[in-house]
Amino acid sequence: MMEAKMLGIREEIVKERLGLTSNYAAAYAVKTVDVDVIAAYPITPQTTIIEKLAEFVANGELDAEYIPVESEHSALSAVVGASAAGARVFTATAAQGLEFMHEVLHITSGLRLPVVMAVPGRALSAPISIHGDYQDIMNARDAGWIMIIASSAQEVYDSIIMAYRIAEDQRVLLPVMVSYDGFLMSHTTEPVELYHEEYVRKFTPRNLSRYRLDPRKPITVGVIASPDWYYEIKYQAVHALRESKQVIKEVHEEFNKAFGTNYDLVEKYMVDDADYVLITYGGASSGNAKEAARRARERGLRAGVVRIRLFRPFPADELVNAVKDAKIVAVVDRALTPGDVYEGPVFSDVVSALYSRNIEKPVISVVHGISQRTMLADDFYNLYKMLDEYAKTGVYPRSTVFLGLRS
Amino acid sequence: MMRLTWRDLPIGGFVIEPGNARNNLTGTWRTERPVIDQDACIRCRICWMYCPEPAILELNKPYTTRGGKKYDMTYEIDYDHCKGCGICAHECPVKAIKMIPEVGG
Repeated sequence: MMEAKMLGIREEIVKERLGLTSNYAAAYAVKTVDVDVIAAYPITPQTTIIEKLAEFVANGELDAEYIPVESEHSALSAVVGASAAGARVFTATAAQGLEFMHEVLHITSGLRLPVVMAVPGRALSAPISIHGDYQDIMNARDAGWIMIIASSAQEVYDSIIMAYRIAEDQRVLLPVMVSYDGFLMSHTTEPVELYHEEYVRKFTPRNLSRYRLDPRKPITVGVIASPDWYYEIKYQAVHALRESKQVIKEVHEEFNKAFGTNYDLVEKYMVDDADYVLITYGGASSGNAKEAARRARERGLRAGVVRIRLFRPFPADELVNAVKDAKIVAVVDRALTPGDVYEGPVFSDVVSALYSRNIEKPVISVVHGISQRTMLADDFYNLYKMLDEYAKTGVYPRSTVFLGLRS
Repeated sequence: MMRLTWRDLPIGGFVIEPGNARNNLTGTWRTERPVIDQDACIRCRICWMYCPEPAILELNKPYTTRGGKKYDMTYEIDYDHCKGCGICAHECPVKAIKMIPEVGG
């Protein structure tokens, strides 16, 4: 009944079904929400997003200012300026480009500007790598942005539409980064259902009731704050990011209702009765984990997957609820925090979430898929077998497991 | 003003009211205060022009010096905003401004 209703909604709102890469899906979303200003600098694996957008602007499909800047630092700075003046803006980058933007990432969130950026994740140099993982966005995680990690081209398209609604909400006014697998998604073609413009525009109305640069009502943006004021102003942004979770939830619920989808802050796959749960993020690792969970269940292991879709603010309650009954949990990171207690960044978040809710259970830190090192469903299936063994023996690794590493 | 909490401030550190720098009392930064000797001052206006703040007040306040010279106006220091940089004392052509160390509270 419910599903039939959702199918009904989609028949009405879906304009066309195209084969698109996640990068093109991002570009189509940006076009449909009708942005005013795009500034970007090409970098692999992001370039095809802004190429597609340049094409949309050049052929008149999108009425936007397109600023080809000389660096990523300038790209984000240009959209910061435009956003401060009230424009709806977009930029995209990856890896070295995101690093080069880094100081402006903090400025964007500090100035509370609703900038939306797409980041197909890529490994960081050195050694130089153009291939995918999530080292770049993990280096940006403390910049005060809302961060969403999508797992399919459709989800990239939908998430960017939601991102504008979230970022521009009066209660939020923070930038949003929508990330996904470099190459494995950015350059992989999948079927994507694009919506009629009117439905997307109705969902993302322009919200200009915020302070902005306007000569008729002058304000100062980008002030120096003395120690008497800095702490309070910074705390406002910290508080807004924490509280944005509620708005993100509301926007998800509204989007699901309007577009017949089923998004949540975390995606749960066969976890209700699961003893062994893999927590991961992004397309390739969650896809492999799900396939492995199916195989493990065929062989009698109660396996499940939790995919973190909202990374910042971290959905601690949702995550803890999803894994609280599992016997043992492994967090598969496609990024590194060298020198930390464990070298998987999201592992630390998961452990901290469990600890804060007084839940004590074995959690294993796993790193895989660095610089797109091939991840196989079998690797994840073997992880379930390892978890089964750890649960039976009570002995489990107290340091990060580097899967796929030749040793 | 110092009692405002994080909930009371405009977000993003935006200054939403133009010209409110006067509310920022920078006089507390001073380590030395300029003091004008009104009898030595020749009302040349050089300190008023050079003060970067500006914290030299040009007042329509008549003054008669001990020597009997009458002026229509008086220059005084706005100590709420004077940062004590000493430019006025340095520029004064008749050395009528002295920098006196700020001591105590």
